[in-house]
Amino acid sequence: MTDTRYTKEHEWIRLDGDTATVGITDYAQSQLGDIVFVEVPDAGKAIAKGGEAAVVESVKAASEVYAPVSGTVTEGNASLDGAPDTVNSDAAGDGWFFKMTLSDAAELDGLMDQAAYDAYLKEIDA
Amino acid sequence: MRYLPLTDSDRGTMLSTIGVGSIDELFAELPSGEPTFDLPDCQSEISVERTMNAFARENLSCSDVPSFLGAGNYRHHTPASLDHLIQRGEFLTAYTPYQPEISQGTLQTIFEFQSQVAMMMDMEVANASMYDGATACAEAAAMACRVTKRSRVLMSGAVHPHYRDVTQTQLQHLGLEIECLAPDPIGIEDLIGRVDGGLACVVVQNPGFFGHLTDLTPLAEACHAAGVLLVACVTEPVSLGLVTPPGAMGADIVVGEGQSIAGPASFGGPGVGLFATQEKFLRQMPGRLCGETVDADGRRGFVLTLSTREQHIRREKATSNICTNSGLIALAFTIHMTLLGEAGFARLAEVNHANAVTLANKLGAIKGVKVVPQTFFNEFAITLSRPAAAVAENLAAKSILGGVPVSRFYPSYEELNNVLLVTATEMTTESDMDALVSGLGEALS
Amino acid sequence: MTDYSNIETTSGNRGLSFEEPLIFELDSQGSTAVDLEEPSHDMDRLGGLRRRGSIGLPGLSEPEVVRHYTRLSQKNYSIDSGFYPLGSCTMKHNPRLNEKMARLPGLGDIHPFQPESTVQGAYKLMDTLATWLKELTGLPAVALSPAAGAHGELCGVMAIRAAHQAAGNDDRKVVLVPESAHGTNPATAAICGYSVESIPGNGNGRVDVEALNARLGPDVAAVMITNPNTCGLFENEAKAIADAVHAAGAYFYMDGANFNAIVGRVTMSELGVDAMHINLHKTFSTPHGGGGPGAGPTVLSDALAPFAPVPFLVHDANGLRMAEHAGDADAPQSFGRMKGYHGQFGVFVRALAYMMSLGKDGLRQASGDAVLNANYLRVRLSEELTPSYDGVCMHEALFDDRFLKDTGVSTLDFAKSMIDEGFHPPTMYFPLVVHGALLMEPTETESKATLDQYCETVLALARKAKRGDTAEEFLSAPHLTPRRRLDETQAARKPILRWKPEPLKHAAE
Repeated sequence: MTDTRYTKEHEWIRLDGDTATVGITDYAQSQLGDIVFVEVPDAGKAIAKGGEAAVVESVKAASEVYAPVSGTVTEGNASLDGAPDTVNSDAAGDGWFFKMTLSDAAELDGLMDQAAYDAYLKEIDA
Repeated sequence: MRYLPLTDSDRGTMLSTIGVGSIDELFAELPSGEPTFDLPDCQSEISVERTMNAFARENLSCSDVPSFLGAGNYRHHTPASLDHLIQRGEFLTAYTPYQPEISQGTLQTIFEFQSQVAMMMDMEVANASMYDGATACAEAAAMACRVTKRSRVLMSGAVHPHYRDVTQTQLQHLGLEIECLAPDPIGIEDLIGRVDGGLACVVVQNPGFFGHLTDLTPLAEACHAAGVLLVACVTEPVSLGLVTPPGAMGADIVVGEGQSIAGPASFGGPGVGLFATQEKFLRQMPGRLCGETVDADGRRGFVLTLSTREQHIRREKATSNICTNSGLIALAFTIHMTLLGEAGFARLAEVNHANAVTLANKLGAIKGVKVVPQTFFNEFAITLSRPAAAVAENLAAKSILGGVPVSRFYPSYEELNNVLLVTATEMTTESDMDALVSGLGEALS
Repeated sequence: MTDYSNIETTSGNRGLSFEEPLIFELDSQGSTAVDLEEPSHDMDRLGGLRRRGSIGLPGLSEPEVVRHYTRLSQKNYSIDSGFYPLGSCTMKHNPRLNEKMARLPGLGDIHPFQPESTVQGAYKLMDTLATWLKELTGLPAVALSPAAGAHGELCGVMAIRAAHQAAGNDDRKVVLVPESAHGTNPATAAICGYSVESIPGNGNGRVDVEALNARLGPDVAAVMITNPNTCGLFENEAKAIADAVHAAGAYFYMDGANFNAIVGRVTMSELGVDAMHINLHKTFSTPHGGGGPGAGPTVLSDALAPFAPVPFLVHDANGLRMAEHAGDADAPQSFGRMKGYHGQFGVFVRALAYMMSLGKDGLRQASGDAVLNANYLRVRLSEELTPSYDGVCMHEALFDDRFLKDTGVSTLDFAKSMIDEGFHPPTMYFPLVVHGALLMEPTETESKATLDQYCETVLALARKAKRGDTAEEFLSAPHLTPRRRLDETQAARKPILRWKPEPLKHAAE
């Protein structure tokens, strides 16, 4: 399993073998507040880096979740349908959004690692 | 200036608090130069009433003469308590219930409205209302395209022409293809044969614009086999007291106009758009929704919910741009339905149908008149031996509002020139019917 | 003395505050509040489509229904009962003369498809309303049929798109809106097939004209600007913006939601506007009714007038008649039909009665008083609150949450605490361009005494919040309402959107 990588839009991605798992960060869930609905993509959907891949809604906000890298969705997290609050309680774990195969694993190199993301969070909260 | 509480002395004090010399100074950023207007100055209540009464007197009111008008707008009795209740200031002069702690009255009535509409249509959920039936129809077609991710809409020739026009207008820039079948007075169009897997939805109306009642079940089955949604319009919801509702026949989205239950014709507006669908399509539904929840003390209460579908949050990605809906008319609809109850609503529908059957029998006996549909609820098309528009004018001159000529909607279809839509409701008396029979007989002789 | 004010009651009612069940829980099977005669016969032309089974509607008698809805009404705040400074909503007094006029049988009980000779009075009324709206805006045409503000926006932008199409300019695909815009603006542009781009503000709460000019180009179809804008400020460069927009071949749409501030003091023709909707339910005082109905007549410039939607009135030798068909000789370039029938006629009657009551002098005084009242709030409340922009505002005063910094009290909490004091909160968290917005629009129909009481109350609350030891009281407000704060998360996570009979409800869970 690789290190977790991050985008400026607060998505995380983690590669395990050929398949990567994608979710939103704990910071993102805390900014949204109580999450009430998550729409995850269907398996087989091709997504492009930076394109809209999923939707996450709290009571008063809705935001798109963007694909951190390009590839094909292999699974959406069906368990979020009945329990969207999992994203609040475990954003980096059980609250994952979808799994995907990558069309170009090198795209991961352009994303932030943990240290860079932590620094980025400090910067935007300042 | 009876609506303006500030006195000159108030204004003076306030201006000095603000630190400016005059009200005009507050407008210093506006372009200089005072516009002039060719308009009258303020008037007393008496004076306004005189003008309005003069406008009113130039109209022939349906209250004063036998009236058989319908075509999507129906005249039913309005109980006295209904108008009293909707004029309570707490309902009439409240805003959209964005502060639920001080809006439980409006919110609970919306919840009752949503429940009643869903139950009447035999659907799972209904929203808090749209502008009117025609715009609700357009929203339903757009929603069907979102749900199915397809872009073709087929509209039956029995759908109200205004609903068809509004749908075509409102969807014209969304890259969709709207096919409207020719008007279908005799009810012979083949919708099932036109269903294919490229369609997002088929839009029908029941009772149809020309009066026909249709069992939608076979069409719904054909639609569902092809992954197509069935959208059903109901322009006369009183029919639901007697007729099988679209939901029970397999419709996926049911829209309608609630005016006939909510209150007076009011020259066609405001009405209230009804919108109901299945729960699985909830996230694609337009319009406001009210939901049940609990307050900080655990007591049941109601709030506006799922608003992330709406324009104030989702902006250009919203399911619709609708903001203001038709709250007060929805309230009137709900109060009237509550006054009627199950028994009263069924009775109302039965009386409407019985009167329409009586009228059809009487009109069908006139030489030169033919009743078109075999089945109907309270309205049906008749063909005349002369152009219907002239006959309607002739009847109006005798103080009878005898029906709606179809040529008003379809001026380019000559074959519809002699078709008149005629409605009977619980307001229609035997003597009204006899007046129409004799008036029509004279006009056609 | 023992304090009994918080006693538990057996009924759940508390004096004049009643607990009221849903109608479905009040059902007396078979009851009705409407007596109708038996149908005259039972012959049936339903073709076998008679409804099977019951709908499940409850049955109640008339006194039960009247009591139910009377009690529910008493759980509402309303402009009749109190001050409603809801920014951007123009909650002003609703005169009952307007209701009375709308109920005249000759106006309320007329059908949209009567022969035209029998509704000349209704046509004249609409024509008179149109004259007022055209005169007050200085624009030559008005489409009366849009049903509300957002519907009027749709009318204006559809007319713009039709004009571009007619001129062969269909490659214009972008509509520019300021970042402070109402959500309806981008939603409307999207329905018209346009992509939406946001224009930044200039730091003074107005559109950054340089940024706008830099973005204008051959791909821009229209610019939509609210004026006065959602910060309550007049876009003082509106005319320059209009000129630049026109020079770039685009159209200038003005969102007229805030027209109340400037009625009788400037015309849209002076500002170079091509289209503007007018919310009759705001500026011209037709009742909001808990969410509508409204009406959004849309005035159009000469360039856009040919594309107006049907229906519209045409004067001819026999009087007035309605042009009802897009594409025919009356309306060759009309972009279509937006609404069934002839628009929100009942709203037209009320709005015209209001305009006639005030007259041109009264309308001018009304906008003056509305702006005076807003500035009075701005200045008095600045003693403790933090206004977002310096200087004079128009009809509404915008504050942000800097005054609550480090108090532990949010804009929401502060607003909710105003409810306990008997005031409707201002608009919160809108516009989005300032942090924790509180947008207050007093309108012209409030007395100085009301404004003073409101100011003293809000100032006292602000001082209390700043004391630092009171956050808890704010966080749990309101305390004195029929319901306390409602759990919106639960409502959205597990939607219950209708009543269901008990067995069904359990089966579904």
